[in-house]
This record gives sequence, C-alpha cells and structure tokens, in this order.
Amino acid sequence: MAEVLVYVDHVDGAVRKPTLELLTLARRLGEPVAVALGNGAADTAAALAEHGAVKVLTHDASEYADYLVVPKVDALQAAHEAVSPAAVLVPSSAEGKEIAARLALRIGSGIITDAVDLEAGDEGPVATQSVFAASYSTKTRVIKGTPVITVKPNSAAVEAAPAAGAVEALSVSFSAQATGTKVTGRTPRESTGRPELTEAAIVVSGGRGVNGADNFAIIEALADSLGAAVGASRAAVDAGWYPHTNQVGQTGKSVSPQLYIANGISGAIQHRAGMQTSKTIVAVNKDAEAPIFELVDFGVVGDLFDVVPQLTDEVKARKG
Amino acid sequence: MSLRIVVTVKYVPDATGDRHFADDLTVDRDDVDGLLSELDEYAVEQALQIAENADDAEVTVLTVGPEDAKDALRKALSMGADKAIHVEDDDLHGTDAIGTSLVLAKAIEKAGYDLVISGMASTDGTMGVVPALVAERLGVPQVTLLSEVSVEDGVVTGRRDGDAASEQLQAQLPAIVSVTDQSGEARYPSFKGIMAAKKKPVESWDLSDLDIEAEEVGLDGAFTKVETATERPARTAGTIVKDEGEGGKQLAEFLAGQKFI
Ligand SMILES: Cc1cc2nc3c(=O)[nH]c(=O)nc-3n(C[C@H](O)[C@H](O)[C@H](O)COP(=O)(O)OP(=O)(O)OC[C@H]3O[C@@H](n4cnc5c(N)ncnc54)[C@H](O)[C@@H]3O)c2cc1C
Ligand SMILES: Nc1ncnc2c1ncn2[C@@H]1O[C@H](COP(=O)(O)O)[C@@H](O)[C@H]1O
Repeated sequence: MAEVLVYVDHVDGAVRKPTLELLTLARRLGEPVAVALGNGAADTAAALAEHGAVKVLTHDASEYADYLVVPKVDALQAAHEAVSPAAVLVPSSAEGKEIAARLALRIGSGIITDAVDLEAGDEGPVATQSVFAASYSTKTRVIKGTPVITVKPNSAAVEAAPAAGAVEALSVSFSAQATGTKVTGRTPRESTGRPELTEAAIVVSGGRGVNGADNFAIIEALADSLGAAVGASRAAVDAGWYPHTNQVGQTGKSVSPQLYIANGISGAIQHRAGMQTSKTIVAVNKDAEAPIFELVDFGVVGDLFDVVPQLTDEVKARKG
Repeated sequence: MSLRIVVTVKYVPDATGDRHFADDLTVDRDDVDGLLSELDEYAVEQALQIAENADDAEVTVLTVGPEDAKDALRKALSMGADKAIHVEDDDLHGTDAIGTSLVLAKAIEKAGYDLVISGMASTDGTMGVVPALVAERLGVPQVTLLSEVSVEDGVVTGRRDGDAASEQLQAQLPAIVSVTDQSGEARYPSFKGIMAAKKKPVESWDLSDLDIEAEEVGLDGAFTKVETATERPARTAGTIVKDEGEGGKQLAEFLAGQKFI
C-alpha cells in the first residue's frame, strides 16, 4: 500500500491536534508515515502510533529552532526521497504552508493549500477547498509530481487507529540556504488555559460592540462557561482590546468549530472568511440589519451587555 | 550604493464585490472591479519607510497580471514608489502559485534587487506562499510574515508573530521579506502623489523578455487543476429573536437543544 508523509506539528514532543486529524485523512490515501523534527521529536511517537502512523521518522538538530523554515524543508525533502510517498500532508499553519510550498517547488510538484477535506480519487487525492470567503467550494487535484497538500485544522475527526509507529532516524543534510534567516530571539506565547483558537470545538468572539478591553471579561466568562476559545474581530484587535493572536478572519485565524458565537460583530466579508465554515453559528447584535444575521442558525437582536451575561448564567446553571 | 527595493503587488478582484469563477474555472477577473490587494499596500508602505530611512534607495513595484493590473501599479506609484514593472502576457492566463513565483523571480532578477517586499497573502488566492517560493527560487533568505521590519547596514531584522511564539528574525541582504497588516497603516496617496505618478515610468515585459516558455506558465503549465467549483448554498435562514429580557435564556435553550450544553 502507498505511503503518505505527514508532517508533525508538535511542541517539545506534544503533538498538536491538527496533526492527528491529518493522520485520519492520510489513512484514506495510504499508510501514514510521520515526520517529526526538532526538540522532543522522538517523544511524539506514542501519540502518532495511536492514531495510525506506521512509521515515525525523526531528526533533532539545533537548526530547527535557530533558523526559519528552510531546515524543515530540507528534512521533509530527505523524508520524501527516503519514502517516495503518494502524497505529503502538512498542517495549514503559516509556517506549514511555507514549508509545503518550498518542498513542492523542490520536488517538482504542485501544491494545494488550506484543504478542508481530502478523499482518494482515481488520479490521486482530491482536495476540497473553501474559497472567496467560503462562498465557493472547489475540488482540486495536483496534476504534476507528488501531491503536497496543507490541511486546515478541524477538517476531520481525530480517530484512534493503533499502528506500529516504529521510530526511525531520518538522515538530513542541511542545504546552503538553511542558515539564511536566523531566529535571534523567541518569546513564547503565554498560555491562557483556554483551548487553542483554531482547534477549539466552540469559539466565542467579541467585536467593536464589546466597546473596551475591560469588557472582554464578559466574552471570556461566556467562553469559560462553555470551555471555549476566545476570538476577536479586527476592529476589536485594532482598538487594542484583545491580542492579535486571537483575531478571526482573513488576516487572522481561520476557524471551523462546531459552534461559533459572534458578539457585537457586524459580519464583514473579511471576518466571515475566517468563520463561515463553522458548523453552527450564533450571533448577538443590537442591529437587526447586521450582515452576520444572514449566517446564523440562531440570532438574538439585543444588547450584548444584557444578553451575554444572562446566557453565561444560564449555561452555568444548566451545567450545574 | 543605492538600496534597490522591489515590491511585488497583486491586482485582485474586489473582496466586497461578487467574486466568482469563469467558465475555465479560473478567477473571473473581467466582471468584477479590481484593485491593488489591500494587503500589498502594507508592503508598499514598509518599502517607502525603509527607503526614506536609507541614504539612497529606489522603490520599484512589480506586478504580474492582466492589462487592468496597471491600476494597481498606478496606486502604488501614487503612494510614492519610484517606478513600475508590469509583466503581461496572454499566455499567463491561469498561472498558479508555482508559475507566478517563476515569473516574479525572473522579473526580480532582471530588475536587479537588494530587498524584495511582498504582502502576507493575496486577498483572492490567500495562499500566502508566493514570497517563500520566490525566496526558494532566488536562493536568498526569506524573512516572512513580519509585523515589524527594519533594514540597517545590509541586514534586515523583523518580528514574526507566530502561533506558539513571537520570533525576532535577522538575515543579510539580498533577502525576501513579507509583511502583515500589523506592520503599520498604509498611507493614502496625496493629490501631489497622484499627479506625480502619471509621469513615473511603467515598463512592460512579456514572457520572452524573461526567457520563459509559454508551457511553463498559464493553465497548461499549472501544477494543480480545479475540477469543480460550486457556489456554497446560502445558509438557510435561522431563527432570529428580539431580546425582550429573555434573549440570553432563549439562546441557552437553543444551545441546549443542539447539545452544546
Ligand atoms: C485586507 C483586510 C483584511 C481584514 N481582515 C480582517 C480579519 O481578519 N478579521 C476581521 O474581523 N476583520 C478583518 N477586516 C476588517 C473588516 O472589514 C471589518 O472592518 C471588521 O471585521 C469589523 O469588525 P466588527 O464587526 O467588530 O466592527 P463593526 O463592523 O463596527 O461592527 C460592530 C457591530 O457591533 C454591534 N454592536 C455595537 N454595540 C453593541 C452592543 N452593545 N450589543 C450588541 N451589538 C452591538 C453593531 O451593531 C455592529 O454590527 C479586514 C479588512 C481588510 C480591508
Ligand atoms: N501576480 C502577482 N504579481 C505580483 N505579486 C504577487 C502576485 N501574486 C502574488 N504576489 C505577491 O505574493 C504575496 C502573497 O501572495 P499569495 O501567495 O498568492 O497569497 C502577495 O501579497 C504579493 O506580494
């Protein structure tokens, strides 16, 4: 059976959820072979085996942390040569897309980014993409070389499927370009204790209607009652009320949770681009004409300062 | 010596218009008004600031696109860029990211450069991969997705705000930079700028000027193929209630019905 390379996104050996989703998709195409790089690479093996990786190729070197993108491209290229896979799957983060693109160019292949679904086809994998702010859905195929495809978080359910997950050392020689861009400093993001925005099952967002940084406590309280991540519109971020890392939309994160709750957000096309594929959408907005209401499964026309706290109390009461 | 900055800008269909696909499943660029991609305005802005802080610098804006893409160049010139290059050729129709990066890389080399500045992503394709591809082709460092950038003594430094961490980056010129919409508001063209832009040089190059064969680009040269494009059915209208004191509770009722609580 054909092998499918899966690039592993992990933090010091802890595998991030989108990679486990990739393993689910990879199994539709062949046998997943994972590639884990950098500090803690070998520690990823147990989780990857649990979710279907037949092999885990690992390599650790200081270059992965000290230089931008290219060392990882060199390693993925080495894995591609070693395995001759039927496809290469990479999580659709900003970095993942850059790694995937450079790899595709090197191996003479086409690249598809931001797939939201993947199926085996007669002529290779067929990727579903959601384009023009999710107003269109396309099916696309790579027609030259080994398909290189980046896949968005929440595109598939994580499924346990125990496999061997045999760890093998990958041998990598770095290219002349590998040390071109030096990482001279790194400030890790402080953990909020809330779920990761792109991975969360529920996202509660606030926009200009929240009207102040302090008022975001109302949004956070609702999020915490539901075990949700917190998002923000660009208007709220630009006003300095909430960090840019939480921005949802075209130039922020693209989310696809089971439930999206928009509070005081009008629903501009650039915001919709980042949340329109959510399964269920709910909004609270005092303007009945706000475009966000065109998308909702349930909407409340009202003042968020009345509605949101009442909802939070009700959620807490129901959860006991 | 003068610092040669090339800014890559894309002409895109207006995101607030009704964007759709043409019969050949390429982005329809005829029926929708186009403009300079808003995200590339940030690239022009940073180029102008870097040029202003340098002893001697020249900013060239470069686009690969149809006839109308001149509008995007004109806008960048009126913001303050010095000159423009328009790569235009009928055989470019349907070019994908890999092909676009080939054309850009060849044009950048022909133009001569110390620093290339791109936007974080185009607002139509939104792939965010072209700058990395151009860096790979030119074999120079990629210093991408910066929310802060500066150039001094032949070294570019910047801040990249990633998912897990915020990173400080550094590379020697020549290099390829891309900037995000966090890098600083783009300036509006002044009246003087708009008038001056009319006299600024715009060169036109076609594929033969860049030694690129027609088969390497366009729909025929594409590495990917869109097989179907379907308009997403509009979401069916949901329930909308007006808050009369019970809005939060009604919403909770809905969420409970959907098993979210
Ligand atoms: C290139 C580009 C990229 C962009 N990228 C993004 C992006 O990634 N993400 C993004 O979000 N935007 C993005 N934008 C901006 C986008 O166009 C909108 O400006 C932005 O989304 C508006 O945010 P908002 O809905 O919070 O604010 P507004 O549009 O001002 O809407 C505020 C809403 O709050 C409601 N409201 C006010 N007070 C209350 C209250 N007390 N109770 C209930 N409702 C209330 C109002 O009725 C209104 O509908 C981008 C724009 C461009 C040009
Ligand atoms: N046709 C083009 N002409 C000039 N620059 C482009 C073109 N396509 C992409 N770019 C540049 O590459 C960046 C990223 O584009 P993309 O990878 O398509 O999202 C854009 O912000 C532009 O700076």
